[in-house]
Amino acid sequence: MKKFLIAVSVVLGMALPAFASTDSIPWDKAPNKLNDLSALQNGAKIFVNYCLNCHAAAYMRFNRLKDIGLTEKQIKDNLLFTTDKVGDTMKISMDAKQGKDWFGGNPPDLTLIARSRSGSGGTGADYIYTYLRTYYRDDSKATGWNNLAYPNVGMPHVLWELQGQRRPVFEDVEQHGHTTQALKGWEQVSPGKMTPREYDEAMGDLVNYLQWMAEPNQNSRVQIGVWVMLFLLIFMVIAWRLNASYWKDIR
Amino acid sequence: MAEFKEIAADAPMSEKALTWIDNRFPLSKLYKEHLSEYYAPKNFNFFYFFGALSLLVLVIQIVTGIFLTMHYKPDAALAFASVEYIMRDVPYGWLIRYMHSTGASAFFVVVYLHMFRGLIYGSFRKPRELVWLFGCAIFLALMGEAFMGYLLPWGQMSYWGAQVIVNLFSAIPLIGPDLALLIRGDYVVGDATLNRFFAFHVIAVPLVLLGLVVAHIIALHEVGSNNPDGVEIKAHKDEQGRPLDGIPFHPYYTVHDIVGVTGFLLVFCAIVFFAPELGGYFLEYNNFIPADPLKTPAHIAPVWYFTPYYSMLRAITPEMMYALIFCVLAAAYLGATRANISNTLKAVVIGSAVVGVALLWAIEAKFWGVVVMGGAVVILFFLPWLDRCEVKSIRFRPDWHVYLYAIFVVNFFILGYLGIQPPSAVGERLSQLGTFYYFGFFLLMPWWSTLGQTKPVPDRVNFVAH
Repeated sequence: MKKFLIAVSVVLGMALPAFASTDSIPWDKAPNKLNDLSALQNGAKIFVNYCLNCHAAAYMRFNRLKDIGLTEKQIKDNLLFTTDKVGDTMKISMDAKQGKDWFGGNPPDLTLIARSRSGSGGTGADYIYTYLRTYYRDDSKATGWNNLAYPNVGMPHVLWELQGQRRPVFEDVEQHGHTTQALKGWEQVSPGKMTPREYDEAMGDLVNYLQWMAEPNQNSRVQIGVWVMLFLLIFMVIAWRLNASYWKDIR
Repeated sequence: MAEFKEIAADAPMSEKALTWIDNRFPLSKLYKEHLSEYYAPKNFNFFYFFGALSLLVLVIQIVTGIFLTMHYKPDAALAFASVEYIMRDVPYGWLIRYMHSTGASAFFVVVYLHMFRGLIYGSFRKPRELVWLFGCAIFLALMGEAFMGYLLPWGQMSYWGAQVIVNLFSAIPLIGPDLALLIRGDYVVGDATLNRFFAFHVIAVPLVLLGLVVAHIIALHEVGSNNPDGVEIKAHKDEQGRPLDGIPFHPYYTVHDIVGVTGFLLVFCAIVFFAPELGGYFLEYNNFIPADPLKTPAHIAPVWYFTPYYSMLRAITPEMMYALIFCVLAAAYLGATRANISNTLKAVVIGSAVVGVALLWAIEAKFWGVVVMGGAVVILFFLPWLDRCEVKSIRFRPDWHVYLYAIFVVNFFILGYLGIQPPSAVGERLSQLGTFYYFGFFLLMPWWSTLGQTKPVPDRVNFVAH
């Protein structure tokens, strides 16, 4: 599983090779709300409003949002900013060159981000959940922001108005005779529109939306799977008895 | 040529129809020879499911593959998006794709178990050498099929995995760089590579594979199946010439295989529906990122089924070359002093050893790594002539033989594990030891398989009624 940890850190490190060797913090477990339609809808709202300007989701169609309980009219009225056709995919107008000029790297497509970021540290959802909640003020960076899960990240803290500004507090931890720094907690520098609890809740919704978007069929996949397994289990009994009735003659 | 058979005018319609066909095509004859009157030993155990299961997975791969081809675009600019189109917009496209991706790994699971069965019960021994050779050729074709199929989703791992493996060919002296260029059709893996791999994956290799499978089965049905006791059931026949320990494949093994198929499908469907990525082993996480020729992942590993061989490739370092040279010299010394051969032959042995050492010395280790990786598969072809034990089945071999086989299996797993890991000093040493064991197991088999006291082989198969 070490491979995946490495693979993930590589993926994280690709935009800015300089920090490929920097370790990120352990990932928090993302809440599972894949069956909670209102959470997924809230996540979709946050996604379209905050992410879908620099990041595209080029394999995801707007009208697929009907699967999480939105009507075509709701999608058209509230979520269509980049196109006027509800059957279009979530593309953006910013091109790769602009992305490189503005952020030092092209913002990745987010359709599959929750799948591609999985690793031995947890699921891709865990990673993104941690990442979105560990931004801190760092004036040494061009954007003024840095991140614990993705050190030296090129993306500024787009959600800072919601979260406010924070600073991580570290403590020394004795481990196998070595003293290392571990995250102790956060110090709120300035408040955001949301309380920390509300912000975590919102990020949970967003991450679940991303996870759903990475594989919109996943719920029906599991549902169909249960029936398939039930059928096979029953069929197994029939096959076993059929076999036994034939083989009883063989001595 | 069969006699033209006349049938009474008042015979039932079905009988008339069958006679009409049988006079023109050996339908009844084929049915009898391969199913209703193909006598298989009655003592097959668990391991004997995997031949039929390999056939099942082949059918799954071909059928799902056909449907994937209807929507897939073999174009570097479109391939990744077309796979996502299949996953999202094609009705049940996700199911077809997951069946195909899980099927690829399942194919290797069942084929490895099928080969292991042949290995431990001596199914490759006389008169089944050709069955084994066709099987090895199938394995080789399957590896090519899997390798080229893995490029098609055009993700990061697809791209860089293909890049690494095709680059290996450039290590071959003289022709290497041109050969790699010929395979890629470009100086890097690109659109031309994707298109030709697609052609090979969907038609060229499957055709070869199907032909070999037919040959494998025809050869098997000519000589008859081996069994866990390695006893020839044809040695004892009844008055009608039917083996006493044999039972008709149909219906006995067809109903038996239905149980095996259902058990297999339970596992297969559990993965397809509940864990299609299988923790990143069946679908690698990195492969959900589109191929990017400008961003090399720091660690590139093949899919799990190739990793034992990949480990052996990485084990051949410049340091390891000294060990290989030592082995060649030691073998030549033993051949020249201990073997009971003519002086001319001894001179040939020493001469070829000198040439061998010179080549090992002159050509870079990377090339020998490729040779070792290829050799690890090719050596399987020679198994029928390497094993010289008196008995076929592991059941009647000396106990310590069983341990050698057990270590072989554990070693194969360790090599597989090391192939997944990024390179490390300890891993390198372990994989070198593992490579020695793997090759030692086969190359020294003519010697060790004759040693030890074998157990008495029964006249008839052991069978306990169910």
